[in-house]
Amino acid sequence: MRPVIMEEVEALRGLNSVKIKEAHEEGKKVVGMYCMFSPSEIAIAADAIPVSLCGTTQAPIEDAEKELPRNLCPLIKSSYGFAITDKCPYFFFSDVLLAETTCDGKKKMYELMGKIKPMHLMNLPQTSEGDDALESWHKEMIKFKIYLEEVFGIEITDEKLRDAIKLMNRERSAMKRLHKLNAHKPAPLSGMDMMLAQWLKGFNVDKEYGISLIEKLIEELEERIEKGIYAFDENAPRILLTGCPIGAGSEKVLKALEDAGASVVALENCTGYKPLDVVVDEDAEKDPLLALAEKYLSTPCSCMTPNNGRFDLIKRLAEEYDVDGVVDLTWVACHTYAIESFSLKKLVQEELGLPFIQIETDYSDSDTGQVKTRVEAFLETIEVSLATV
Amino acid sequence: MHYIGIDIGSTAAKVSVFEEERLVTNFNMPTGWSSIEASRIILEKLEELKVSKEEARIIATGYGRVSVPYADKTLTEITCHGKGAYYLLGKDCTVIDIGGQDTKIITVENDRVTDFTMNDKCAAGTGRFLELMANSLAINLPELAELSLKGEEISITSMCTVFAESEVISLMGKGTPREDIARGVINSITGRVSTMLYKHGVKGTIYLTGGLCEISPFIELLSEKLDKEVITNPLGRYAGSIGAALMGQ
Ligand code: SF4
Ligand code: SF4
Repeated sequence: MRPVIMEEVEALRGLNSVKIKEAHEEGKKVVGMYCMFSPSEIAIAADAIPVSLCGTTQAPIEDAEKELPRNLCPLIKSSYGFAITDKCPYFFFSDVLLAETTCDGKKKMYELMGKIKPMHLMNLPQTSEGDDALESWHKEMIKFKIYLEEVFGIEITDEKLRDAIKLMNRERSAMKRLHKLNAHKPAPLSGMDMMLAQWLKGFNVDKEYGISLIEKLIEELEERIEKGIYAFDENAPRILLTGCPIGAGSEKVLKALEDAGASVVALENCTGYKPLDVVVDEDAEKDPLLALAEKYLSTPCSCMTPNNGRFDLIKRLAEEYDVDGVVDLTWVACHTYAIESFSLKKLVQEELGLPFIQIETDYSDSDTGQVKTRVEAFLETIEVSLATV
Repeated sequence: MHYIGIDIGSTAAKVSVFEEERLVTNFNMPTGWSSIEASRIILEKLEELKVSKEEARIIATGYGRVSVPYADKTLTEITCHGKGAYYLLGKDCTVIDIGGQDTKIITVENDRVTDFTMNDKCAAGTGRFLELMANSLAINLPELAELSLKGEEISITSMCTVFAESEVISLMGKGTPREDIARGVINSITGRVSTMLYKHGVKGTIYLTGGLCEISPFIELLSEKLDKEVITNPLGRYAGSIGAALMGQ
């Protein structure tokens, strides 16, 4: 049975697209962002609404392929497709876009997208290690702040930045607490609902409302744990899902896993736990932009080299959530995650001693049968081993 | 009590029947256009064999497993192939199964599947590819394998089945000897399998299952390519159905 509050959480989808329109009509500014490296605090401090524009549905891909190569990550194609077809209200109402130099595909796509709307590009270092990287990322934070001040004709004070940091930290902690509830055995919330709740935060126009909703959900789930009501029965294999970001419309692997009887208890990806792990330093003495640079640079994304942080995080989550297997989802043509999968497999199988599978797919349903077979076979290997211990 | 394994693949349906612990019979037939139809015919055959489905436990596997309405349980072909291979070989192994639609590498340790790899959604490196190429040369699969033993090393560069087919046709047009083309076709499959295998990692004996295990020239060339001995068994093509039946016990 699904928690009652999930209905309200899900309703955020419709609600937010109306709210973004109203906000726009009231003259509020909107900053469209694409990635977990985007410092939404700076947009909030500029009194604007940050929204996440990263494409998670198949629908606009056909249009995108008129200009982009077919053999490209579906996330990039979907994002671009939304931009050129006016099918996404959030893109439509965005006053400016924020892009980062992450993977090659995204980087080059932004060059085309930048012709549609005003865009600011942040130059991301290729490593998160060392002072040079932090220094340059700090400078990028300053540049983005100046950019917003100029386009919106406002001043972003340190005080406003600190308030925004506190607000976003509160959102992060609420989301983190929600995520951690699934460390309970059995998990109280399905992976599908967890994904939805975390993903929807990216569209939240009214942050306070969103936070209170998540807190209500946490309360309901805590009551459920007490009463012994769970999302799956206690024998359901517990899965950690990692890899490329997913969202509504691109949840097919997550769904296939849960349809086959698994309980996806931890989502390590960008639309799950990854951005919640580290909060921004709230120290009043510290330059808030430096604090932001530190936090965002610590994102363990495969665009970084080396990217040991991801392996450390997976190790930690696998233990904390007591998982029975790890599934690595890579979108077709996502080279960075696909290459990392080889090392990840070694880590999971040899160091953690857990079953591992990499599933490469796209947003289409052309391989639904194959994905289903892989997922089911993977769960069978787990179930057989669970049965023999 | 009978334990029956039914493996409905994309080209052939395989059935294995155990009477208690003893494997009593195996039979196979083309899947045809409908797996539902195939599963109906299988039921008739079982009745002819005096095996009643009421006093049997039936496990279905393979891509058509959902079309066996009388099955007690369904399992994926990966679990069943692994189980069946272990039964036939009696020890830890790395199974290569070149199926009609997918090629799988399966690690079996202590009678259970611990890891597997499956090709992506295109047909390159699968049995379907071999069949199509044999068709373009107007021969059947065993003939293709036989012919390739006499061929010189050439390579078919296209991985995509559609392009490879036109490549084969143009090689024929240029007058390249058929045995060389056949060798090229086999090489492209063994090459693909060998990269999959390398990435997956080998534990124990390499064991080939599925329809190709009856074609000895193929096994010879595969062993050569892998530089390791590939073992098989006359019952290898029934690994999936045998494994399914065993999973029911
Ligand atoms: S995976 Fe990397 S590039 Fe993609 S959204 Fe996350 S941080 Fe950004
Ligand atoms: S999923 Fe991979 S290829 Fe796609 S945008 Fe993210 S990092 Fe780039």
